[in-house]
Amino acid sequence: MPEESSENTESIEVSEPVETSVVINLVQQEYPAAILSTHRHRGDETIVLKREFIQPVCRLLRNHPDCQFEMMVDLTAVDYLLLETNLQQTARFEVVYHLRSLSKDRRIRLKCPVPEDDCQIPSIHMLWDAVNWYERECYDMYGIHFEEHPNLTRILMYEQFQGHPLRKDYPMDKQQPLLELNDVEERYHYGRFE
Amino acid sequence: MNTSELTTISVEELKPVHLPGAIIPAPPEDSDTSIMRIEIGPAHPAMHGIVRLTTYLDGEQIVGMVPEIGYLHRGFEKESENSKWIQVIPYTDRLNYVSPVLNNIGYSMAVEKLFGVEIPRRAQFARVIMGEISRITDHLTCLAACAMEVGGFTFFLWFIKAREYLYELNEQVTGGRVTINWTRFGGNSTDFPDGFLKEVEVRLEKVREVIEEGDQLVTRNKIFIDRMKNIGVLSKEKAISYGFTGPLLRACGVPYDIRRADPHLVYDELDFEIPIGEVGDSYDRFLVRMEEMRQSISIIEQAIDKIPYGPVMTRERYLGYPDKKEVYGSIEGLIDHFKMVMEGHHPPAGEVYQPIEGGNGELGFYLVSDGSGDPVKCRVRPPCFNYVQAMPELALGHYVADIVAIFGSINMIGGELDR
Amino acid sequence: MQLVLEFLALPFVQDVLKILFILLLFAMPLGTFMTLMERKWSAAVQDRIGPNRANIGSYRGRGLLHIAADALKSIFKEDLIPKGADKFLYTIAPFFSFMSAVAVFAIIPIAGPIGDFKFQVTDVQPGLLFIFAITSLGVYGAVLAGASSNSKFALFGGTRASAQMISYEVFLGLSLMGLFMVYGSTQVSAIVEGQGEHWFGLIPKWGVFTQPLGFVVFFTALIAETKRAPFDAPEGESEIVAGYFVEYSGMRWSSFMLAEYIAIVGVAALITTLFFGGYQVPWLYHWESAPQWLVTLLQFGKFASFTFIFCWFQIQIRWTVPKFRFDQTMALGWKKLLPVALLNTVVTAIIIVALA
Repeated sequence: MPEESSENTESIEVSEPVETSVVINLVQQEYPAAILSTHRHRGDETIVLKREFIQPVCRLLRNHPDCQFEMMVDLTAVDYLLLETNLQQTARFEVVYHLRSLSKDRRIRLKCPVPEDDCQIPSIHMLWDAVNWYERECYDMYGIHFEEHPNLTRILMYEQFQGHPLRKDYPMDKQQPLLELNDVEERYHYGRFE
Repeated sequence: MNTSELTTISVEELKPVHLPGAIIPAPPEDSDTSIMRIEIGPAHPAMHGIVRLTTYLDGEQIVGMVPEIGYLHRGFEKESENSKWIQVIPYTDRLNYVSPVLNNIGYSMAVEKLFGVEIPRRAQFARVIMGEISRITDHLTCLAACAMEVGGFTFFLWFIKAREYLYELNEQVTGGRVTINWTRFGGNSTDFPDGFLKEVEVRLEKVREVIEEGDQLVTRNKIFIDRMKNIGVLSKEKAISYGFTGPLLRACGVPYDIRRADPHLVYDELDFEIPIGEVGDSYDRFLVRMEEMRQSISIIEQAIDKIPYGPVMTRERYLGYPDKKEVYGSIEGLIDHFKMVMEGHHPPAGEVYQPIEGGNGELGFYLVSDGSGDPVKCRVRPPCFNYVQAMPELALGHYVADIVAIFGSINMIGGELDR
Repeated sequence: MQLVLEFLALPFVQDVLKILFILLLFAMPLGTFMTLMERKWSAAVQDRIGPNRANIGSYRGRGLLHIAADALKSIFKEDLIPKGADKFLYTIAPFFSFMSAVAVFAIIPIAGPIGDFKFQVTDVQPGLLFIFAITSLGVYGAVLAGASSNSKFALFGGTRASAQMISYEVFLGLSLMGLFMVYGSTQVSAIVEGQGEHWFGLIPKWGVFTQPLGFVVFFTALIAETKRAPFDAPEGESEIVAGYFVEYSGMRWSSFMLAEYIAIVGVAALITTLFFGGYQVPWLYHWESAPQWLVTLLQFGKFASFTFIFCWFQIQIRWTVPKFRFDQTMALGWKKLLPVALLNTVVTAIIIVALA
């Protein structure tokens, strides 16, 4: 890359000073043990949390009159395996939540590191209706178990799919085994009479 | 012939579940009633993409539903992670294939946010114009399909005809009707051809005519209102909890439009209204989309008046390919071009979430970069994922025939839903 | 020669000839033509061109060859019977639909009588009651097809069809009560004769003028009876795919389709006969010196053109309005049409008694 771009390739910490916003302050106040770090990059506020605290923090953010994050916009995970510059990651996965407050007109990103050997995180399905399927998708794609999720099954892939396709160690060109046709009941079996 | 076998499912099969995204009824208490399971889809004329709704019926009434998605899963995110940043743009065309420009814009804006660059004003206006044209095509398709499901086939073909006028505009600018691959990081690949803006005005006039004609044909038709009114109602709070955005949330009465809430491009300089509905039924969604098309036409007309002259691509050398003249005329240009082709763009390390108002709702791109040429994560937040999840809730208690009215009005796009 | 004429004068031979003439030269061609007309007219409504590709060499005949192409195609298509279907009922179901659609033409006069010779296959005494009997048989087509196909979508179509058709028969009958009272007979020929009169020598005494409410109810009920849009919930192409004939293929499927289009013609012919004077050409009685052959020809022309207009009208309805949901169809029948039909009967009775 030519020199012009070097100004732009800064690491996250120095790019913008961490502004302490209302939301971060609040979380810090209520659950000081929960926060691993906070940062603000290109205007996106981010709180990195310990995964044990994701449920109470989310409940706080949803219910507290200063925050009122009524909408869970997006839930996904990132796999940091095989990454040369590790972005200061301690764990392999990070589950990422994007919340949106309509009344306070604010967005926040929550991130929870999840190590590979203990690949689970508490589910927040009881807080927003939208979470149910997003967690299922995250489980399907990354194999992260959401504890106490009522229906943690594959959603985009089929049941017999082996592995979790969005993990970095899942090769692009991996072939899945062919499936045996299930015995379908006779009444679903169409064809020529006789 | 054994019809009883068709109409009943054994009691042991039913484990009652009531969750967002899956409702299975409890086994009937009295022996007279039985519950029938019917598979609507994946190959069914009303399931626009490919989606399966396992529906539980008591007579004709829906008592449970389990949507199953993923039939169109093409591994968008996996493909993106194994591509260069710029190579993802064509993939985004295939997400919401009735409003491809908006997907292009959303992704490019996310990468530009990652770079922290501002694109030239002409490019911003161009994106607004093309984006709104795309929004109209999206709404035209949705409304057309919605009306067709309840029997208004004429309305469908009128609107598809109008959509074709706009696709031809896409074609003039980008060279393709649907798979357009138009935006680049830092601007757009092409400027408007000569006389294009006049052509836009002429065609918008034609589209407006079709919209009014369709309005007269269907909107106040008693049968149509009967089919759509109070069908698929979701309360405001429930809709927000389900993560509804875009026309569906606005139909519930929440004036939430990302063009206003998180202003991007030059939307804050343009004057438009956000139509909202009252109860959030299928009919409100229909009306909201109808009105939004009129607003979009007005936005385009304002943007045409205000669009400045200037470049459509930023001059930052790390973003755009150098001019062909430079490539062939100087060694620096040649090296730049070579490195750009071989290594691709290098956004600085970091992560961004960029929402834009897609045709269907909030279309968000969450990108993670480690400073190398490949995306670490390229996540698209599809608006209709939430809508399909809410299908059981919307359809519960209605009749079989209402499934199509609800499903038509939520405008599920398979490419976006399954990615 | 003498022998041939004598043979032709036999009532039995005449009946067969009439059947052949009315069915093979009027109903069937018009019904088949309706399939093309529907596609062409819907194309015109929807700003399209419509079918125009079937050709013999360079001759395309504005899509006319599509009729032949469609027929050939469906004859040569594989006739599938789904596994688990009741083979016997599955096989005979299309005949019920087809037969009931065709049998309507038995009592429709297509031109005025010449002496003893009637241009009508049979002028049965019960007249229109025969129509009711025949259309009720049509229910069996849909119900048997739906129940025997071993498919849930078909079963849905079948149950919807049975409920809808049986209910709408009620209004079909009720809406004609007034007509029977006005013309004093259930016999079709008598009703048509009655419509040949004029009020003040000016306004023809057509059913639509004597029974406007009856006409509306009858037309609505008849469209519902033939399961045409906007009452096509039994077919429900968007939610239950094709309803009761979803599993059919080839010529059996075509029988259902052809039955539908012949039913369109049948509906139009019934409407013309009962409410628009049938073959009666208005104000023709002024021209007393008209030759008999010309009068017959005019009468047939009037009947055929009115039939055609009502065929077109049904197609236009289909491509203009959305569909009713099934429960709305039933609500419309029992909550709106039934009171209207009853009111019509009562009011007509009162007026007739008052005038008498």
